[in-house]
This record gives sequence, structure tokens and C-alpha cells, in this order.
Amino acid sequence: MDSVSLIGMVSVITAGLTIAIGSVGPALGEARAVAQALAAMAQQPDEAGTISRTLFVGLAMIESTAIYCFVVAMILIFANPFWDRVTAGG
Amino acid sequence: MTISPDAIILWRWGWLHINATMAFTWVVMFLLAGGSWLITRRLSQGPVISRWQNLLEVVVTGIRDQIREVSRQEPGRYLPFVGTLFLFVAMANLLTVVPGYRAPTGSLSTTTALALCVLIAVPVYGIAAEGVVAYLRKYTRPTVLMLPFNIIGELSRTIALAVRLYGNIMSGTVIVAILVGLAPLLFPIVMRLLGLLTGMIQAYIIAVLAMVYIASASKIERRDAGGAGSAESQDTPEEGHG
Repeated sequence: MDSVSLIGMVSVITAGLTIAIGSVGPALGEARAVAQALAAMAQQPDEAGTISRTLFVGLAMIESTAIYCFVVAMILIFANPFWDRVTAGG
Repeated sequence: MTISPDAIILWRWGWLHINATMAFTWVVMFLLAGGSWLITRRLSQGPVISRWQNLLEVVVTGIRDQIREVSRQEPGRYLPFVGTLFLFVAMANLLTVVPGYRAPTGSLSTTTALALCVLIAVPVYGIAAEGVVAYLRKYTRPTVLMLPFNIIGELSRTIALAVRLYGNIMSGTVIVAILVGLAPLLFPIVMRLLGLLTGMIQAYIIAVLAMVYIASASKIERRDAGGAGSAESQDTPEEGHG
């Protein structure tokens, strides 16, 4: 197997694994955060504004880990430096 | 498929070239500055105000209230920077409803520039609030051993700020581009709507995070001053619990 197909295969498989594994953790974390925030809002409706603002900021922080995985997957597929080097050299 | 609007070259002359990111950044800047200039030419203080003045007042008052709630400080000093950050990102993301427009925030160079602005604004506001020595001492706050970790944290949150905004907007664009190829009738519109919501939330997030970083860098002054009004009075009931 030459290096071009090897790099292509590894990149595609790794990109899939990256986004698959990388989305599990943030999904669990966001679900937990939203559940807690809903419970808090049900107990204290007066504080709904503060809670939802903090919730949005927290959700974005949690979600950014999934976004990092997505960016890495996109780099592996569309802007892979090793792929560019091999295809340019060969 | 072009991921980044950096790759779309609109105009080229020798080594000089203008890509879509720069062009649409100028469009957004022109819309914001020109619109504000047009509206604020004739402001009225009476009971009857024009609808555009009403819009601007709602926006500015809303941003001031949010800054006051997040930072527990008077918003006047922070309004120009944080408000501009929010308005630019929000406008850049909202204009994706216009066909042919590529959001400049979907390019890593724009978001890196915004994150660098935040990186520079934090020490500027911090030093302006409490002086050079007091600000620099904050890096060695728990012990001197924490100095490298504080510096690394400062840098890594800047990278996170840039990649977060870039990743969110770019993922919306990529998903729409993929769906146009797969199911071109309805689903791209739904994802576009989701992208608008994400864009607004991200604009809010980057402004709030910038405000939080700046406020945490200039917090000591508020405690030392002692009489910061509403913030102090809000703190007192919580102390009653303990």
C-alpha cells in the first residue's frame, strides 16, 4: 500500500473517530447542564434570567470542545498537511 | 467546496489581492458605521422619537444592562469595546440571510483578530483600573509558582475564543453546503435558521466572555473603593447566609 492511500485512509478514519468520540463528552455535559438549569429555573423562576444567561455561556464553553473536534476533523479531511505534501511531492 | 472565505479572491493586482473576508468585513463595518451615523444625525430628546432612534436606544440600553449584570460595574468604560465586539459579530452573522454573502467570522483570520483584540484589551483595562504593578502582581496571585500557568491560561483562552467562533460559524456553512448537495429542498433552510440562532448566541458569548475576562482583570479596584453602589448592596444579603 503506497503512502498516498495510507494517509488518505488514516485521515478519513481518524476524522470519523474524532467527531464521533469527541461529541459524546460534550453531549453528556450539555445534557447535564441543561437538566440542572431547568431544575433550578423551576425552583426559582425569578432567577430565570440570570440562570439562562449563565447557561448559555456555559453551554458555549462545553460545546467548544466538540467544536474543536469538528475543526480537527475538517482539517484532516479538507486541509490535511500530510496529504498536501504527499500529493505535491508525488 | 471552499471552507474559508479567505480562499475566495475577488480582486487581484500583483501581490495585492482582496478576498471575500476583507470585502465583507468592510461591508459590515460600513453598514454599522454608516447606519449609526445616519440615525444619530437627528436625535430628539422629546417624547416623540423616530423608530430608528428607538432601535438604537434599545440596542445600546440592552448592551449596557447586560454589561452591568455580568461585570457588576458601571458599563460606561466597557461599552465601546464590548458593544462593538457584539455588534460586529452579530451583524456579520445575521447578514448570512443575504444571498452570496459569506460571513467574515467564518474565517480563522477574522476571529483571531477579534481574540487578539480581547487579549490586548484585558491588560489595558486592568492597568487603567489599578495600575501596572497591581495588575502584574495578579499573575502571581496564589503563589509565584502559578505564574506560568496564568500566562498559559491567558494564551489558551485567546485561542479558544478564536476557534470557538470560527468553528461554530464555519460548521454552519459546511453543513449547509453538504445538505445542499444531499437534500436541497428544505433542510438547508432549517440549518440556516439554526445557523442564525447560533450566530447570535456566539456574538453574545464572545461579548460576555470578553467582559468577564476584562472584569476579572480589574476587579480589585471595586473592592478597595468600597462604595460601588448596586454591586455592594447586592452582595450584602449573600453574606448574611454565611
